[in-house]
Amino acid sequence: MIMLRRFVGLSLLAALVGLGGCATTGGSPGDPLEGYNRAMFGFNEGVDKAIIKPLASGYKTVMPEFARTGVANFFANLGDLWIGINNILQGKIGAGASDFGRFAVNTTAGILGLFDVASSAGLEKHNEDFGQTLGRWGVGSGAYFVLPILGPSSVRDGLSSLAVDWHGDPLWYVGNVPTRNELMGVRLLDTRANLLDVSRLAEEAALDHYAYIRDAFLQRRRSLIYDGDAPPERDSDKTSESGESNTAAARAEAELPPDAAWSEAAGARAAVYEPMMPANYEALLAVSGAAPAVPAQTKPRQ
Amino acid sequence: MMKYFFALSIFLFATSVSAQDLAPDALMKKVSNEVIDIIKQDKDIQSGNQKKINDLVEAKVLPHFNFSRMTALAMGRNWPKASAEQQKALTGEFRTLLVRSYSGALSSYKNEVIEFKPLRAAATDADVTVKTQVKKPGTEPVSIDYGMEKTPAGWKVYDVVVGGVSLVTNYRETFNAQIRDGGVDGLIKSLAGKNRSLDTQASPKPK
Repeated sequence: MIMLRRFVGLSLLAALVGLGGCATTGGSPGDPLEGYNRAMFGFNEGVDKAIIKPLASGYKTVMPEFARTGVANFFANLGDLWIGINNILQGKIGAGASDFGRFAVNTTAGILGLFDVASSAGLEKHNEDFGQTLGRWGVGSGAYFVLPILGPSSVRDGLSSLAVDWHGDPLWYVGNVPTRNELMGVRLLDTRANLLDVSRLAEEAALDHYAYIRDAFLQRRRSLIYDGDAPPERDSDKTSESGESNTAAARAEAELPPDAAWSEAAGARAAVYEPMMPANYEALLAVSGAAPAVPAQTKPRQ
Repeated sequence: MMKYFFALSIFLFATSVSAQDLAPDALMKKVSNEVIDIIKQDKDIQSGNQKKINDLVEAKVLPHFNFSRMTALAMGRNWPKASAEQQKALTGEFRTLLVRSYSGALSSYKNEVIEFKPLRAAATDADVTVKTQVKKPGTEPVSIDYGMEKTPAGWKVYDVVVGGVSLVTNYRETFNAQIRDGGVDGLIKSLAGKNRSLDTQASPKPK
């Protein structure tokens, strides 16, 4: 675990100081680290194919569906706390309150989170993390960046999940280390098992698997930051011949006026949001190398 | 009694509005309801019978899609550079790829509920987005949005956006790169190759 964390920290640093800049340049303008990324993507595919995917398939075969749903619900319930905190950090108090409500209802009436009764009661599950919070605050995503084992990310999202998100992961507070590792292993398998269909589909549909996953990830993150209501992208393909291409979803996201980011579906917000940077942002970036460990977790980014 | 029923069904058939006249969201609602009803009743489809799925998709879904517009959208600035012949070939191959890859997902349908959001468009709009949410307890809802345009033959889908990811523009970078390397013909070749490899992959395990 510690080794993995060091490794991730190092590769992120390398990306930051521009070591990745000597990677191939012929590729996509939205992907300056393509050379490194493709290599890491290949490595991850290898690990997945050799170890994680077979285990996940086995898990899916031996566990009856209701049990898998229970496991998924259990981890999803723990995740709701951190999701709620991020909603509040983004100024979405109502959504945050709903997340805490979900946690309260599911932990009690849903028997420690095994059943998602809150969804049936109309409290919808949300998808938030600290990278999205930074995005809302106006921090650009930086280059697309494939993390070892953890997969598609960006400089912003990678740093924020290593430096910050693990603090919000209840599993890290399980005192007994073997138990904690076991729980994390199960969570990883469960996540991967739920993605088996999606990953097969992506393999079939993709002409270039790496680019397909990358572009889907960038579109997905942009959509998540706007909670599904992203403003349409400027279709640069129609205007410019040579330069900017559409994968710059990442870049477009940073260019948008702050109030566009806040046009919530209901339009209930009255106040104009003023983007703020955490005072210790630099420090957060710097800490990433010193963060205690990497959560062995892949977020379900379907 | 039987005769009465028969007459009634003829009456219903004759008066049912044709797809041409339906509003875009009503059309999508009708199509998804029809498809879901068929899947629910068909054990073969549920177990992944590819031929039956293909038949269903060809008959019920694809007539409402505009594949040349989709291909143009995926190609972006490169579309006008392709000759009419190349455009036709591209559209054919891209259609095959999309249908082959995504229709299989129908067999994984499990009682998800599709909710249609109110359509935000003026009656005169010729280009709208029909927004839906697929809900299943325990997971966050997945949004599926359909970009649709008005044509003389009714509303046609030209983009499908799942969870914020356009299944069409997701190909643009790849297409650009392939065209940069091998021209439009290179892209056609590579699409055709992909489709062939999917065919050969599928044949040994007739499931």
